[in-house]
Amino acid sequence: MTARFHTECADAMPPSSLRGNAFALGLLGVAVLLAFGLGRFPVGPADLARLVWAVLSGQPSGLSPQIEAVIWNIRGPRVVAAVLCGAALAVAGTAFQGLFRNPLVSPDILGASSGAALGAVVGIYFSLGLFAIQFAAFAGGLVAVGAVYAIGSTIRRGDPVLVLVLTGVVVGSLLGAGIGLVKYWADPYNQLPAMTFWLLGSLAGTAKPDLVPLLGPVLLGTAVLVALRWRMNVMSLPEEEARALGLNTGPLRIAIVAAATLVTAASVAAAGIIGWVGLVVPHLARFLVGPDFGKLLPTAAILGGGYLLIIDTLARTAAPVETPLGILTAVIGTPFFIWLLASARGGWS
Amino acid sequence: MSLSAADLAYGYPERRIGSGIGLDLKAGEVLALLGPNGGGKTTLLKTLLGLLPPQGGTLTLDGRPLAALSVNQRARALGYVPQAHAGTFAFTVFSVVLMGRTAHGGLFAAPSRHDREVAQAMLERLGIAKLAQRPYTQISGGERQLVLIARALAQEPAYVILDEPTASLDFGNQGKVMGQIRRLAAEGLGVLFTTHDPNQALADADRVLLLREGQAIATGEAAAMLTPERLAELYGVAIETVRGADGRVAFLPG
Repeated sequence: MTARFHTECADAMPPSSLRGNAFALGLLGVAVLLAFGLGRFPVGPADLARLVWAVLSGQPSGLSPQIEAVIWNIRGPRVVAAVLCGAALAVAGTAFQGLFRNPLVSPDILGASSGAALGAVVGIYFSLGLFAIQFAAFAGGLVAVGAVYAIGSTIRRGDPVLVLVLTGVVVGSLLGAGIGLVKYWADPYNQLPAMTFWLLGSLAGTAKPDLVPLLGPVLLGTAVLVALRWRMNVMSLPEEEARALGLNTGPLRIAIVAAATLVTAASVAAAGIIGWVGLVVPHLARFLVGPDFGKLLPTAAILGGGYLLIIDTLARTAAPVETPLGILTAVIGTPFFIWLLASARGGWS
Repeated sequence: MSLSAADLAYGYPERRIGSGIGLDLKAGEVLALLGPNGGGKTTLLKTLLGLLPPQGGTLTLDGRPLAALSVNQRARALGYVPQAHAGTFAFTVFSVVLMGRTAHGGLFAAPSRHDREVAQAMLERLGIAKLAQRPYTQISGGERQLVLIARALAQEPAYVILDEPTASLDFGNQGKVMGQIRRLAAEGLGVLFTTHDPNQALADADRVLLLREGQAIATGEAAAMLTPERLAELYGVAIETVRGADGRVAFLPG
């Protein structure tokens, strides 16, 4: 965990956060327009504007009831969910990369995704309802990270951060075996396709009631991380330096891990496993506004929301059948990762 | 007012590194921990900073046991300058120095205007204000060491503790950094640094503690303690002494 990469900030001067945020907001705006404008029932910018005006003024919008239903009940919730999930994964990735002092870390490093996945496949195996499955996924993510943390803290040798990451890898692979076992037991005609679909990530079928269990944890976790923004800068220093500078690193690390896990688990519960967003977006955000968490977290959230919304729009429209989100993020994320490895100065140490 | 250790044992519960350490660091004074690499200098340094609990004996800061102080209180008294490292993220030099203010702010606080002024003042004090907006990852090793000293000063400590401050620096930068260290003591700070170079201890420290395999083999005035015989005992090699016309002394491994 000591890879040192200095790809961000190629210039001698730190990038302007104003321009960076303008870019991120622009991307999110374009993503929203595309998301509404593409699909079986296209909703153009003019229609959207009329709807917004109707909401603000209380007048009827003059749109056909069919289009209004598409906006309010189908596409709207899905757009909001994509933005929230993308923002959540990006924020969690940013926090974990700082905490683990490694820019190649993603939000599932401590087993949040594998835990959530096991919870979900168990829920599907026992033919639970949709909400129960989402809850099982959410709880599974939290329990997995809690277990990793508990095991990691009993090991008192070596760098606590490294111990935590290695514990995460080990527990994650055990959870992977559990997922494999449940899939092996599952009914191959009814349950297995649902599990596969869930494990690849999708926002198809997102409805308004899905947004509440997503919005609450994402806002709460993000608020905690934003409140700790300055301490997170210091936490990205080596453990002993952070302590010598006056940080109580133990409790602070628990708070950051808990907040980042909360947003990750909420996102995985709502959309299934979507890899790469939490790895790629923090890099883009650092490239835009530099590494200071106070600026980085909001930019990463906006950028992550726009990024996943574009991916989800592609997933809906690129093929006659929906493409799983996890496939698309991997297809885009892998070349980016390779570019990152190739262009990084300093290398592994 | 001093950072004092008496009969201090240090290391880890399952593995003791050293014992019987007595030292006293006072304001305005430079103390060098001198010894071969692997002799327990860095572990002792971490113990003196309160990062590792003492395994025996007493360790006090201005009369109070160091272990009884909070992390925050320690950080306001003891500034730590680690060996210069590359850093993971490209924070600006100014942000790195500002991190020295951590112990002066609340849990959710961002640095105040006063914190920024202190950071700026410390950059100027070390003559590196022009680096303020450069990414820390892209400056030279000597500049990084000065930035880390500025960060320690931003803690507004009474004592500054440096781990091998010149280990990774070239010849010219070694002189620059050691000059700054002397100046800090002249300005009233207590300074402690580790080194494996007896010439550096002789040139820049008032007092020395010779550390071999975790044991203090001698402690006292630098000029009196640093004799060829003691250094031969410390390093296990014969030492040659070179004397300049002005009476100044330098040691060479023989």
